Amino acid sequence: MPPRLNIVVPVKRVIDFAIKPRINASKNAIETNGVKFSLNPFCEIAVEEAVRLRESSKDLVESITLVSAGSAKAQDTLRSGLALGADKATLIEIPAIDDSKSLELEPLAVAKLLKAFVKKSNANLVIMGKQAIDDDSNQTGQMLAGLLNWSQATNASKVTVDEASGVVTVSREVDGGTETLSAPLPLVITTDLRLNTPRYTKLQDIMKAKKKKTEKVSPEDLGVDISSRLEILSLSEPPKRTGGGKVDSVDALIGKLKELGAI
Amino acid sequence: LSSLVVLETGPPAPYSVLTAASKVGGPITVLLAGSKASAAAVEVAKVDGVSKVLTASSAEYDHSLPEKLAPLIAENVKGGSYTHVFASASAFGKNVLPRAAALLDVQQISDITAVESEDTFVRPIYAGNVIATVKSKDPIKLITVRTSAFPNPATSGNSAPIEDAVDPAVNSQTAFVSEELTKTERPDLGSAKRVISGGRGLKDKESFDKIIYPLADALGAAVGASRAAVDSGFADNSLQVGQTGKVVAPDLYVAVGISGAIQHLAGMKDSKTIVAINKDADAPIFEIADVGLVADLFDAVPELTGKIKN
Repeated sequence: MPPRLNIVVPVKRVIDFAIKPRINASKNAIETNGVKFSLNPFCEIAVEEAVRLRESSKDLVESITLVSAGSAKAQDTLRSGLALGADKATLIEIPAIDDSKSLELEPLAVAKLLKAFVKKSNANLVIMGKQAIDDDSNQTGQMLAGLLNWSQATNASKVTVDEASGVVTVSREVDGGTETLSAPLPLVITTDLRLNTPRYTKLQDIMKAKKKKTEKVSPEDLGVDISSRLEILSLSEPPKRTGGGKVDSVDALIGKLKELGAI
Repeated sequence: LSSLVVLETGPPAPYSVLTAASKVGGPITVLLAGSKASAAAVEVAKVDGVSKVLTASSAEYDHSLPEKLAPLIAENVKGGSYTHVFASASAFGKNVLPRAAALLDVQQISDITAVESEDTFVRPIYAGNVIATVKSKDPIKLITVRTSAFPNPATSGNSAPIEDAVDPAVNSQTAFVSEELTKTERPDLGSAKRVISGGRGLKDKESFDKIIYPLADALGAAVGASRAAVDSGFADNSLQVGQTGKVVAPDLYVAVGISGAIQHLAGMKDSKTIVAINKDADAPIFEIADVGLVADLFDAVPELTGKIKN
């Protein structure tokens, strides 16, 4: 019998997707004071997928562990993931650099922290979001798979596990359509939008999540250097595009397009 | 300064990555892998600015599995004197390059839209709502390039030498099973000069096909769709334009029955001329469209198609 799934789901706390980010006065960071934060949508899909794997077959999943690297505030993010159905959670706490904020971790540093955590927890499957909607890097899962020398399946739109063999089959979204891969455990999967629609958490799930086990570790505990390799020199708003007004008929539309040299 | 550019063997081959590399300066070496590498090398050797082409022709590299390709890239970077490594921010580059970056202990810079200097690059974050200028402290820079942000280089009279790459021949337990690619005779969405996109206003798949495709045919355009249209099953996911789909910048973009959600605008707002046809005069798409027509698309688009054909 192949081993049961010991799943780690890394999650990130990000500015809520419905909020337009504002650049701070010194033009080098995004304003976070008084801004609503949420669990990154792709991470939420990853937690949901782990829970669905457990629900698909009684003996398939041994444990679902959440992990987040960030400030103490990421505890709230971990609670949202626990309410979705994960078993326990670890915060890799990044100390504050001043009163209000922690160092913004880069994907390579996060991947190194996750590698150490995954080894420590004897996980054999990592399911995580394809990207965080703040930095949009789309790197951490691939880096983690490289550091662990595990198989990787990114942009997953369908995941199936063959219980007899322990082989995982993943359909992934590529530019021209879909591609299907298979790999034995251990494996890193990153999630795309169409993989699933996360469930709504009920009040009783949120209450239950408060009783689940959470622990804290530090980057030093994991023996990882998290210093930055990149420096943000400046942030700016993209050039504003202003509309050219409306026309009142198809003929006027064609006329305008000819005038603009578009047809 | 010396760049290694990792290209997919295509089609289409994203040669605009070479333009991004040329902004850094120094010689450009191209790395191609897979059983189509030799044929692709003959073509890329003709592109202006290419100094050398390296090929790893083993069929082991077909399907671009990162478990094999990332060590290939890392080995060739270690054996060369490259200061920069580029790939396209396509499904290929996004999948492979971060893994190679981890093997080389480099913090990659994703999806750049401009090169400021040899160590400073511009990239959109927050779905294009913010533009960041970032400086890398790594001795080697690994970079993915938003191909629509750079023009294609000339492919005139160059004939760069073609050599074998160092091949570490790493094994992997990952197996390619199958692919289901959307077959089309139309121009590729990512590089088309004209794009006609449909949204939720089309109401169903039948209308989408009946209204959008004839206009695309009349204009020789690629077909795109909003995420709402894709989620409603009107069009295949590979046609999705937006933050979560493809980012396009054609000369002409026609948005039909698309309201203009932020995530859609992030995928098309750099188009040269934007046309919007929507019956809701308050739709946000009109705020950025160069030409807007408030009309019922079921009347206006067939009329437009007919008049363009004549």
